[in-house]
Amino acid sequence: MLENIFVVAKQSVMGFLSGFLPEASLPFISSFLSIAPILGIFPLLFALTTIFERKGLGRIQNRRGPNRVGIPMTDIRIAGFGQFIADGIKSLTKEDIVPSSADKLIHFLAPVALIIPVLLMFSVLPFGKNLVPLDMKNGLLFFFAVGAASELSIFMAGWSSRNKYSLLGAMRAIAQMISYEMPFILSSLVVVMAAGSLSLVDIAEAQTGGIWNWHVFTPWGLLGMILFFIAAMAEANRSPFDLPEGESELVAGYFTEYSGFKFAIFFMAEYLGLFAALSVWITLFFGGWNGPFGQYSLLPSYLWFMLKLVLCIFFIIWIRGTMPRIRMDQLMNFAWKFMLPMCLINLLGAGSGYYIRQTFPQSPLAGWFFEWLVVGTALFWIWLELGDRIAGKALTQKREYRYADQ
Amino acid sequence: MQSAFYILALLTIAGALGAMNFKRLVHCVLSLVVCFAGLAGLYLNLNAQFAGLVQLLVYVGAVAILVVFAMLLTRNAEDAPQNAGSTDWYLGLGVASMVFLILAFAVQGSELGAAETGKLSDPSVKAIGKSLMTTYVLPLEAMALLLTSALIGAVVIAKGPEEGGKP
Amino acid sequence: MSGPLAQYLVLAALLFAIGLAGALSRRNAIVVLIGIELMLNAANLNLIAFWRYGPNPEALEGVIFVIFSIGIAAAEAAVGLGLIITVYRHFKSTSVEEFGELKG
Repeated sequence: MLENIFVVAKQSVMGFLSGFLPEASLPFISSFLSIAPILGIFPLLFALTTIFERKGLGRIQNRRGPNRVGIPMTDIRIAGFGQFIADGIKSLTKEDIVPSSADKLIHFLAPVALIIPVLLMFSVLPFGKNLVPLDMKNGLLFFFAVGAASELSIFMAGWSSRNKYSLLGAMRAIAQMISYEMPFILSSLVVVMAAGSLSLVDIAEAQTGGIWNWHVFTPWGLLGMILFFIAAMAEANRSPFDLPEGESELVAGYFTEYSGFKFAIFFMAEYLGLFAALSVWITLFFGGWNGPFGQYSLLPSYLWFMLKLVLCIFFIIWIRGTMPRIRMDQLMNFAWKFMLPMCLINLLGAGSGYYIRQTFPQSPLAGWFFEWLVVGTALFWIWLELGDRIAGKALTQKREYRYADQ
Repeated sequence: MQSAFYILALLTIAGALGAMNFKRLVHCVLSLVVCFAGLAGLYLNLNAQFAGLVQLLVYVGAVAILVVFAMLLTRNAEDAPQNAGSTDWYLGLGVASMVFLILAFAVQGSELGAAETGKLSDPSVKAIGKSLMTTYVLPLEAMALLLTSALIGAVVIAKGPEEGGKP
Repeated sequence: MSGPLAQYLVLAALLFAIGLAGALSRRNAIVVLIGIELMLNAANLNLIAFWRYGPNPEALEGVIFVIFSIGIAAAEAAVGLGLIITVYRHFKSTSVEEFGELKG
């Protein structure tokens, strides 16, 4: 009953509205009813994430984080959770400053051109059993195609500001996003091979029936999961890949010259893009909306999805508090000399894993065991070998420090 | 479908006109992106979902970015003077309009009977993949070779003659 | 011929003509390359339109041709822009009129 509550709610609203609205307007109303929850829930999740992130980072760095803002005119502080409302009001009321030498039109269009693709990414994600705004046959391809469009708006922001920090930040962001685009796409292809479909709905349905059906519990799925996560972090310019906005060198990267609500839109687009990428990550490797206990679902599917998403968000906050930012040359070397070969080898691993399982049609357990034994060992060995190449001697020997005077 | 066609066609043509007429190179490139996006929409309108999404991924995500990089690496060409009114301009316009008129008359006068509704089913990615791996496997391999050699060639050409220096 | 196919074909012809005009009349080599890309895209639109309204409903040629053509266009753009950057290093300009020395 709780499982289909949103579907039933939408159907009853549509049935009520079709009584007096013209026939031609109904498709638009239907689309609106599908879009509105996304526009409500994910920006709210973004707002809550900012406060959780600040508090979490505070904990990791042994300080308190924001804990003052509560309900105005009273002494109630609700542990600082009023902060995001105050931040929202602040960015709404701040003056919008446009540099006098900026290209005004492009400067204005850049945040708009960024938020549209980011919101479009959400349209193909299956949030629950029957909860997908647009069940596209090529959903995963749509996700990547629309995501690729956001690179250009970053360039628009950086170029139109007429600021060297903006332009440098934009160039860094584009170079990084282009380099990690290929591992991003290639690492997800193993799941497409396994599920035989590009539709995210089909991919989620291929993993029903319990936690052992999730793709992460195969050798190629585990490797693909790690590679996809790293590439997604780099695509979202997220720590430890946040060079484009390295505040110690570039002020704020490509949105240095943005203020007020345009800055808030950039900030929001970054987080919404991250949520979309994490949602795809969950759908591809962690069963999407499937609960871990087979037919005992315990929770409605959309709550499983949100639970996984929130866990992922805490995980990335943890990573941000732990990992140092990497250098530009390390970033590029890592993308081209480690991620890309590893993704291609993983495709081979997925194919051979499939054939190993095919040879044991009567006992899936034996097939699973031999898949891990052969493919898992091979992939692990290649991982170590390639990792040694890219890390040089830093992993095994004492680090050598070179100074400028030598 | 029909109104979608007119909106997308307008977007595509406006983008193409802008890409050819803007004075600033950046505006040309951004206008070109509008044109590419309009074309991707037209492919979707024609029920070719896969081709439309590939168009978006490759052209908007890769080719436009390449042009942007090339533009930033050739900096002082940014404000090239526009040559409206020169001989070249009239020549180009004349040849192009002749080509358009000939093509348009050829299309209008052609006897080719076309299906009025066309097929509505979208080919599945599976079918495309299967035919790429069977009927069209030779072109696919040739394509792979071409892309690899283009990758290497572009790096060699753009890296320039200086020895050992990082590009 | 009239109907939807003719509309798409005329649109593609217009796109091709715009690209041709730009490639013939603009001086900046990058804009010339953009014009060539536009012409390629017009051809792709033709292929998809013929595939959609063509007589054989099961054939996939149109879509496959377009996929190959997009790949070739990407390779062409990469090499073309690499050439433009190299020429720019020599002449400190991207105007095609300066490239006359290449005639030899």
